[in-house]
Amino acid sequence: MATMVQAIRMALHYGEENLGLKEVFGEDVGPPLGGVFTATQGIQCSWNSPLDERGIVGAAIGLAFAGRRCVAEIQFCDYIFNTIDLLKLAGHTCWASFGDWSLPMTIMTPVGSGIRGAIYHSHSFDATITHIPGWKIVMPSTPLDAYGLMISCLQDPNPTMYLKPKALLYVRGEEQIPGEPPLNKDGEKELRSMINAPVIGDRTKWKPKWPSGLTDYKVEIGKAKVVREGTQITVVSYGRTLPLCIKASDRLNGLSIEVIDLRTLWPYDWPLVSQSIRKTKRVLFVNEDTEVTNFGEHLMRRTIEDFFYELHARPRLLAGSFVPGIGLSDSLEMASVPQLETIEQAIREVIDEKV
Amino acid sequence: MLKLTPEYLLKTYDLMLKSRFVEERLIKMYKQSDGYFWIGGPGEEAFNVPLGLHIKKGHGLDYDFLHLHYRSSAIYLPMGIEPIDLFRQMKNTLTDPFSGGRNFVNHISKREWNIVPITSPIETQLATCIGTGIAHKRHGGTGITIVNGGDAGTAEGEFASCLIWASRPKEELPILIIVMNNSWGISTSCASQHSETNISDRAKAFGIKSLTMNGNDVEASTFAIREAMMYVRTERKPWLLEARVSRLYGHSSATGANYISTEVDCLTEFEKKLLDDNLITQTEINGMREKYNTEFIELVKKVKQEPMPDPKSIYDYTYSEQKGRYW
Repeated sequence: MATMVQAIRMALHYGEENLGLKEVFGEDVGPPLGGVFTATQGIQCSWNSPLDERGIVGAAIGLAFAGRRCVAEIQFCDYIFNTIDLLKLAGHTCWASFGDWSLPMTIMTPVGSGIRGAIYHSHSFDATITHIPGWKIVMPSTPLDAYGLMISCLQDPNPTMYLKPKALLYVRGEEQIPGEPPLNKDGEKELRSMINAPVIGDRTKWKPKWPSGLTDYKVEIGKAKVVREGTQITVVSYGRTLPLCIKASDRLNGLSIEVIDLRTLWPYDWPLVSQSIRKTKRVLFVNEDTEVTNFGEHLMRRTIEDFFYELHARPRLLAGSFVPGIGLSDSLEMASVPQLETIEQAIREVIDEKV
Repeated sequence: MLKLTPEYLLKTYDLMLKSRFVEERLIKMYKQSDGYFWIGGPGEEAFNVPLGLHIKKGHGLDYDFLHLHYRSSAIYLPMGIEPIDLFRQMKNTLTDPFSGGRNFVNHISKREWNIVPITSPIETQLATCIGTGIAHKRHGGTGITIVNGGDAGTAEGEFASCLIWASRPKEELPILIIVMNNSWGISTSCASQHSETNISDRAKAFGIKSLTMNGNDVEASTFAIREAMMYVRTERKPWLLEARVSRLYGHSSATGANYISTEVDCLTEFEKKLLDDNLITQTEINGMREKYNTEFIELVKKVKQEPMPDPKSIYDYTYSEQKGRYW
């Protein structure tokens, strides 16, 4: 019953012990805090950097040039936008050098809404980063996938972007990460006592006690997962909105809804999505980035180009409103990004549509 | 009187001449439509050649990592980069070993020698050098990170990033930071935008050793490079070196790429000193000039016969080891 941040922590620990991970850094990433969401707590090779996003991304690129495997964190993706040209540089280095250099590095950053973070702690980044070739981009929605995707990132020779849906960071998983204590209340408590730093008091002498049976369990980059099988509609999502899609499918009794967790945004698993659309003939893409030039629009284009004459309804995208930011007030945030009710409504509309 | 050994001085002169003739041939290629764009570093040879001769060249952290900008031909030609390969990049042929016809001339890349890909955006190298600096610090030894850029680029945030990251308390990085101050950013003068007397003064706030010197002088450059390099290699701390140099052919082909006679020409200045010290004769100089001129004309002729990139290759190497369309 690890949370996503605990899963990431355990994967990073496994990485530094077994996969050659040498540097984990960023703003407040090292002790005593271990990241503002605690995803790097207890990691031996973690350290605090200057408050300088361009320096952080530049340092990651340089470490990769030197073959020193690193994970660098940008504290919120809202602050990654001033590094765009460096992200472009990382993405094109292999191509521009005609294959001479590759950059084995990972940038991770929390994304999306869900914590009432207002204008500068709620942004999404999937639409922007999927527009930069050369990156592999992952976004887990469960702790098990968070672990497995991190292990895959740490073994990939290319720049990898690890998007952490901040609304799900403290949600407990229902699948066991190999090596973690049993999935019950006692196991949850045991894990917390092992790898969570004390919330109050002196942390300087605290050391984590890592589960001994952690493995190189990985989720292959580029592989999506059918999380609910159905026949009437395909719903493709990732990150924060994925559990909402599952919940919607469970609540819409009588409707047969197939839900796919994309998990990797690039390279995305088009064969799996295609297979599902061929079966259901109806598709809804759901994510919370702003709706104009949204990654879901690209998936709609593929859908139209490949399945135009097979579809029984117009493909639909449910995404965040195209507004400059997410307002702080509860009513504003709820109205800005897809919620359970809007997802249910969209599913019904696509299924009800008659051609 | 020159102080360095005749062997070193004559070798340096030969490489300066060679570098200048490479750049002038590249400019001719541009003007003869054998390339779309020229940018380079004629006028920086008196500093760059000595720097190139002092690089610890090789692959991996036992050797220097180079994060260079696009005016650095006189650094990597002395290291052994072949002139024909720069002509290939100018002509954007498939045989361009640095980018396969994908990038501008003087945007080289050579992993075998730790030369990371040169980029067009100003000063990104001041950010990426932080990473190899950290790796060098962790590794130990005498390998260092060397980064260079222009004076205008020091207004970018990466310049401040580099100074801050290189001087973190107890975490200082072995980075030789070089500013080639030619007084211009395309058409904008440094004097109209910068109030600091010397750019190197900005290092003082961080406790970084620094020096501003005459980069048009071979001996001043050599002594400064040796002192700074020795410090960075042994103390494992940064040094900011500001070299005042000339920009002899303007910013790039975008500004005409014509010789600017009002600028100090370090090559002719050095020739005068060598002649005054009887280390070389005018006949020998003329012979060397003729040799490089003829040699490079022949190399360009060869390059013009070489294949251009295959359009089907546009997706190749978007990812490591990947070829063909990837999605």
